[in-house]
Amino acid sequence: MSERRNTLTLDKLTVSFDGFKALNELTLQVEPGELRCIIGPNGAGKTTMMDVITGKTRPDSGSASFGSGVDLLSMSEPEIAQAGIGRKFQKPTVFERLTVFENLELALAGDKSFLRTLFARRTASQDKRIYEVLEIIGLVPQHQILAGTLAHGQKQWLEIGMLMMQEPALMLVDEPVAGMTPQEIERTAALLLSLAGEHSVVVVEHDMDFVRSIAKRVTVLHEGHVIAEGDMDQVQKDPRVIEVYLGA
Amino acid sequence: MPQYTLWISARKDSGTAWFLGALGLIVVGVPLLNQVVPASSPFHISAYGLTLVGKYLCYALLAVSVDLIWGYCGILSLGQAAFFSLGGYAMGMYLMREIGPRGVYGDPVLPDFMVFLNYKSLPWFWHGFNHFGFAFLMMALAPGLLAFAFGWFAFRSRVTGVYLSIITQALTYALMLAFFRNDMGFGGNNGFTDFKDILGFDLHSDRVRVVLLVITGITLGASYLVCRMIVSSRAGRVIRAIRDAESRTRFLGYRVESYKLWIFVFSAVLAGIAGALYVPQIGIINPSEFSPINSIEVVIWVAVGGRGTLYGAAAGALLVNYAKTYFTSTIPEAWNYALGALFVLVTLFLPRGIVGIVTGRVRKPRTVQPSPKPADIPEPSSK
Repeated sequence: MSERRNTLTLDKLTVSFDGFKALNELTLQVEPGELRCIIGPNGAGKTTMMDVITGKTRPDSGSASFGSGVDLLSMSEPEIAQAGIGRKFQKPTVFERLTVFENLELALAGDKSFLRTLFARRTASQDKRIYEVLEIIGLVPQHQILAGTLAHGQKQWLEIGMLMMQEPALMLVDEPVAGMTPQEIERTAALLLSLAGEHSVVVVEHDMDFVRSIAKRVTVLHEGHVIAEGDMDQVQKDPRVIEVYLGA
Repeated sequence: MPQYTLWISARKDSGTAWFLGALGLIVVGVPLLNQVVPASSPFHISAYGLTLVGKYLCYALLAVSVDLIWGYCGILSLGQAAFFSLGGYAMGMYLMREIGPRGVYGDPVLPDFMVFLNYKSLPWFWHGFNHFGFAFLMMALAPGLLAFAFGWFAFRSRVTGVYLSIITQALTYALMLAFFRNDMGFGGNNGFTDFKDILGFDLHSDRVRVVLLVITGITLGASYLVCRMIVSSRAGRVIRAIRDAESRTRFLGYRVESYKLWIFVFSAVLAGIAGALYVPQIGIINPSEFSPINSIEVVIWVAVGGRGTLYGAAAGALLVNYAKTYFTSTIPEAWNYALGALFVLVTLFLPRGIVGIVTGRVRKPRTVQPSPKPADIPEPSSK
């Protein structure tokens, strides 16, 4: 899991639901340490792509690999998570009836078998790590309260914190700033930028200003297919992008 | 960082203290009231009373086993009575072998029902049950293995919610029909009865009944503590996470089906032990114990007591069963309606059961707390 030098490669992935092609021969590569933003109109296949990478949805055809020889399509969700791919969901999904602290504790990287967790004791270094993440996500005063009572933006941050606890090589972040105030958006941007480099980060987002503020490389999806890739300025000038997404 | 640890472990201990205190009182007090207080005193507890309390304690253990999987892991099993009955049958087989040649027909080996049904020899699966040690193993193993096989398929196929409840119900119903058959070798609809003694001690003497009651109480207390240890471990928090957001738990790298299987099998073993303790005290086991309604009743006890607390389940089992004893002797035809009404009322108005009423009054509801003073914020460990 500490192996961070992993490339995500998606090759000609196709997923169809009742004849509708959510992904249509999607091909994408994310280099180690890269911060990649993925944009596209509703139904472009952004969330489906994340579902395939994390094992929630199986594609009809194509391949998805991570690093050398890790075939994601043959693995279950927990195996993929253990292989170093973490995910933050579009709708913040935290364990509402556990405390903020316990949420982070469960996300800790390590052996996650039943017998291990049954007798697990937190080490001083784990406590320190949890505290560091609590500070980064600004939830130290709330660490004892149930996660379900947090405000929407705080839940988003808690989920990002859980992602950090997992120490994944690749972070998939679905709409991290939905429902956040401008100040919170700014902090989230800074946080994601600081995470890139050590981790590969893939961000799906609708908020264009936010994407512009963090993205070095942007991929535009449309109808399950990559139609443009490049930096923000290049992408915005691409006539197909203007036509399907940005244009009037 | 001791602040965190202290807070997490101290949170729920008062309920445990109350539960163990009350259990201790029963385990010490009831035997004294039977053995020491003379029969002429109004405080004397008769042999019937002893049996009744012993039965309630077995039910409490069964309720704790249901609360462990339902209250903490969200697995609503409507077939827990199957595991209870299997444990009971394992104990019953030992007790039948223990009768030996003292049966009505006087056969040196075959239990009475086999003579009656023209069995020529002991069926293969009855061998070994003349040894208590073997029978004891089977009381845990039989329900455990069935739960393992059932859970392995059900959880791997990701059967959850109401679908799982329905197939657990089907499981216990199928077993009931099977055990009703005479050629199964388990005594058909009469089951096992007329037990004489256990390990050479006369089951009809008050002293043996007292010992059985004490053993049941101690087993309940010990099982409770093991369950408490499980639910307060990190695995316990994973199990609650599975209950609240199963697929999210998978994306954190936890193998959900493996967690469910462990907890389901453990719960089935507890239910089996409860059944094994029940049979020598009640003196009979027959296929009606597998009846689906029994499993549903257990769920009602847990809901009434307050699920997800363990002690609430035990308290609910004691209270509802006391009420059942009382009502079925005064107005028997009303009991099923009362039970149904109780379940509806608790579901609608008391989602946290009786425990919810008690703790709700004692403890202030926990809402978003104000930001603590800087001194309250724990420091990161420097190690």
